[in-house]
Amino acid sequence: MGSFQSLPDDHQYRTLSQKTDFSLEQIAILHNRFKQLSQNEETLRRDDLKTIQDLESNPIRYQIIEAFFDRRNFQKDGVGSVEEIGFEEFLTVMSYFRAPAHRITEEQREEMRRAKLRFLFNMHDTDNDGTITLEEYRHVVEELLSRSGALGRETAKGIADAAMLEVASISVGPMAPDEFYEGITFEHFLKILKGIEIETRMHIRFLNMDTTVLCKQHCV
Amino acid sequence: RRRIHYKHEAQTARDCLVLHHLSPMRRRGFHLIPRLSSIVPESCLLIVVGLLVGGLMKLVGEIPPVLESKIFFLYLLPPIILDAGYFLPIRQFTENLGTILMFAVVGTLWNAFFVGGLLYGVCQLEGHRLVTVDLLSCLLFGSIISAVDPVAVLAVFEEIHINELLHILVFGESLLNDAVTVVLYHLFEEYSSVGSITVMDVFLGIVCFLVVSLGGIVVGAIYGILAAFTSRFTSHTRVIEPLFVFVYSYMAYLSAEVFHLSGIMALIACGAVMRPYVEANISHKSHTTIKYFLKMWSSVSDTLIFIFLGVSTVAGPHEWNWTFVMATLIFCLVARVLGVVGLTFVINKFRIVKLTSKDQFIIAYGGLRGAIAFSLVYLLKTEHFPMRNMFLTAIITVIFFTVFVQGMTIRPLVDLLAVKKKQETKRSINEEIHTQFLDHLLTGIEDICGHYGHHHWKDKLNRFNKKYVKKCLIAGERSKEPQLIAFYHKMEMKQAIELVESGGGAKFPSALPSTVSMQNIQPKKPPQDRALPQLSKAREEEIRKILRTNLQRTRQRLRSYNRHTLVADPYEDGWNEILIKRKKMKELEKKMNNYLTVPAPPPDSPTIARARLASDPQAWGLKSVTESIPTIKVDLASPQSPESVNMVDEFGKKGSQSKASKEEEGGLTMKVPSPTNQRKDKTADEDNDKEPQQRLMRCLSDPGPTAEEEDEDEAFLP
Repeated sequence: MGSFQSLPDDHQYRTLSQKTDFSLEQIAILHNRFKQLSQNEETLRRDDLKTIQDLESNPIRYQIIEAFFDRRNFQKDGVGSVEEIGFEEFLTVMSYFRAPAHRITEEQREEMRRAKLRFLFNMHDTDNDGTITLEEYRHVVEELLSRSGALGRETAKGIADAAMLEVASISVGPMAPDEFYEGITFEHFLKILKGIEIETRMHIRFLNMDTTVLCKQHCV
Repeated sequence: RRRIHYKHEAQTARDCLVLHHLSPMRRRGFHLIPRLSSIVPESCLLIVVGLLVGGLMKLVGEIPPVLESKIFFLYLLPPIILDAGYFLPIRQFTENLGTILMFAVVGTLWNAFFVGGLLYGVCQLEGHRLVTVDLLSCLLFGSIISAVDPVAVLAVFEEIHINELLHILVFGESLLNDAVTVVLYHLFEEYSSVGSITVMDVFLGIVCFLVVSLGGIVVGAIYGILAAFTSRFTSHTRVIEPLFVFVYSYMAYLSAEVFHLSGIMALIACGAVMRPYVEANISHKSHTTIKYFLKMWSSVSDTLIFIFLGVSTVAGPHEWNWTFVMATLIFCLVARVLGVVGLTFVINKFRIVKLTSKDQFIIAYGGLRGAIAFSLVYLLKTEHFPMRNMFLTAIITVIFFTVFVQGMTIRPLVDLLAVKKKQETKRSINEEIHTQFLDHLLTGIEDICGHYGHHHWKDKLNRFNKKYVKKCLIAGERSKEPQLIAFYHKMEMKQAIELVESGGGAKFPSALPSTVSMQNIQPKKPPQDRALPQLSKAREEEIRKILRTNLQRTRQRLRSYNRHTLVADPYEDGWNEILIKRKKMKELEKKMNNYLTVPAPPPDSPTIARARLASDPQAWGLKSVTESIPTIKVDLASPQSPESVNMVDEFGKKGSQSKASKEEEGGLTMKVPSPTNQRKDKTADEDNDKEPQQRLMRCLSDPGPTAEEEDEDEAFLP
C-alpha cells in the first residue's frame, strides 16, 4: 500500500478509478487531502482524523472515524479494525458516498442501496456480530443526543426502545411473550429504511476542482 | 400603485356578502355529488357557478360585481399565500431551491418575452386592427400572463396527490415568480408611458428585481422574527397567540406592498421563518386554532376567487379578437413547454435526482394561470392601454383553458403516465433517527474531505440557530430540545391521545402494535444473582403487598405519557396539576436514596404486562451509577388520580457484563443484559429513608431544567 509517491501516478490512479468509479481529478484531489491529513505520510491514523477542527462539534465523530478503520468497509468479508489505512482504503470508504449515475439499471441501484446501507449497518453494529442489539442501538441514539446533557440521556433510552419495538413489529410481526427478538439483522435494517431513498440521500458532491488550497487555514 | 385602487364599493360589498353566503352552500352541494368531484376539479365547478350567478344577475338586470383588484390583493390573496407559506415543507423547498429559482426567474422571463415578442409579431402581421398594439404593451401583456398562479396550482394539485418533489417544484415556482411579475409589470407599465427603453433601463430592471425579491424576503423575515419573539412572552395570554401570527403576517404583506416589494415573498418568508419558533412557544390549542383558521380562510378565499372569476367573465367588458386570443393561447402553451424542456436540460446537469421526461411533462402541464393575472390586467387603465379589454378577454380565455382543460385532464394523465404519487406513510422513529444520523454523517465526511459543501453550511446554520437564535426566540426549556426528542414527544403525545380516546388500557395504540413489547426485546431472567444486600423478609413482604395493591389500581387506570414533556411542554392545561404533584414528589424523593432490590414481581398476567409495556415503550434508565442496580422509572398515572405514583422498573443496566454472556453460534445472538431485568412495580415508600443502607434510586422522568451547556444540534432546517 505504500506504493503511492508524492507525484500522482497515473497508472495507479487509473486502477483506483476503475475500482471506485471516481474520476481521475477527484482521485487526485482526495489524494491531496489524504496527504494533508496524514502529514505527507503514507498511512493515516485515527489521531490524524481527530485533529480536524470541524469534526469536533459532530456528535457522531467517533463512529465516523471508526468507519474509516473498519475492515468490513474495505472488502466484503473483512473483520476487525486496523490502526492505520492507506490511500486506497480511504478512497474505498469515500466511494460509499458517491451519487448514483444518471442511467443505471434497477439492479445496480439496488446494489448501491445495499452497499450504502451495509456501511450504515456496520457503523451501528460495533461488535461485528451481524445484528444491532438494543444496547448498540441505544448507544447510537445516545451519541446523537450526546449534546443535550441529562435530558438527552434519559430519552435516548426511550427513543431507542421505541425504535427497536418498531423494527420488531415491522419485521417479525406478532410475537408470543416467551419469544424474543435478538437484534436488527441486515435484512430488517433494509426493510425499515425502505422509505428513505438512501442511494440519493447518502452522497456528497465530490469536486473536480481542487479547493483544498482554499481552506488551508481552516483545516488541520 | 398596484393595490391602491379606491372605488365606491357599497354595491360590490353587498354582492360579496350574497356570494359569500352562497359559496359554502355550493361547496356542500358539490360534495354531495361524489362522482362529479372525481372528474372535475373544484376550481372548475366554482367558475361555472360564478358564470351561472353572473348570468342570473345580468338577466335580472343587476350589474354583476367584478373581481375588484383591491379586494383581491388585499383580502382574498393573503390568506392563501400565508397558508402556503406557513405550512411550506422547508426541507424539500431548500433542497430544490436552485431548480425552483431557475424555473421561477428564468422560466418566467423566457415566457414573458417569448409570448410578448411573438404576439407583437402577430399583431404587426395581422394588419388592420391590431397594428396599433405596440411592443411594450405586448411585452406587458406577456409578462402578466406568463406567471404561473399559486392559487390555481394549489387548487388543482391538492386534489391529485402528486409526489412531493413535483408538487414543491411547481408550487415553489408559482410562489417565487411573483417578484419577477411585479418587476416586469412595473417596468413595462412605466416604459409604456415613456415610450422607449434603453440599455440602462434594462440594467436598472435587474437591480430592481433583486431589490424587490430580496427586500420582500427581508421584510418578511423581520416580521417573522418579531412574531416569534412576541410568542415567547405569550405564555400567560394563550388566547391571543393565533392573533399575533395573523397580524404580523398581514403586516408583513402590507409593508412589502407599500414599498412596492414582493408581498407574496414577504408573506412566505414571514410564515416560514416564524413557524419553528412559534410552534415551540405556543400552546397546543393555539396551534390547532392557527391551523384551522388558516385552512378556513384560504378555503373561503379560494372559493370566492374562482366564483368571482366566473362572475367577472360574464360582466365583461369584452372584446373578442380571434387572432389575438388564439395566438395568445398557443404561444403560452408553446412557451411553457419549450421553457421547461430547455431549463430542465440545463438543470439536470446540476441535480443528483434528475428530472425525467415524465416530470417535465407534469411541470409543463401544471403551469396554470389564474386570478392574479386577471387582476393585474384589470388594473390597467384603458387610457394608457386602448386594447385593455382585448387583453382581458384573452387572459380570461387562457385562464379558462388552463383551469378547465388542463385542470380536468391532469388527473387521468397522472394516472396514465404512472407518475409517482405522494407517499401516505407516516414518518417512523427509525427513519427520523437515521435522517439525523445521515445529516451528521454527511457533514462529517464533508469535513474530512475538506471542502465546505451543502451539509457543512447547513450544519453551521443549524448550530448558529441553536446557539443564538433559539435562545432569543423560544421561551424556557423548549429552546434546548433537540429535534429528535421533539419528534419523539410528538409521537408519544399522539399515542397517548389515541390511548385515552380508545378508552383505556384494554386497547392498544395503533402506532405500536401491541404484539411486540419490550418483554420480547429483552427476555426475563430469574433473579438468581443479585449483587446487592438482601432485605429482611418482613420488609420484602411489605413491599410486595404494597406493589400488589397498587398494581390492581393501575389496571383500571388510563396510562398517559407525561414525563419531562410536562415541564417543558406548554400543552394541555390539564397537566398542570400533575406538574405540581411531580414537583412535590421530586422534593420528597430527593430525601430518599435507597437502592432496593425486589424479588420476582407479583403474578402478572401477560396481557396486562404487555398492555403496560406496549403503551409505554420507553425505558427510563436514568442515572445508572453502577451496573448492577436496577433502575426505576417514575410513571404517573392518569390525571384522574394523580396522587398515586407508580414506580415501574424497566431494564436494569448491566452494561459491560452482558458482553460476556455471548456463547451461541450463528449471527443472531441476543445480548442479554442484567439478570435482574424484569418489570417490577414499586411504590414510593416513605419508610425507606429510615434504612440508610438500602438505597433506592429514583429515576425521575424529569430532572427539571438541569441546563447543560453543550447543546445538541437540532436542525433548524429539518
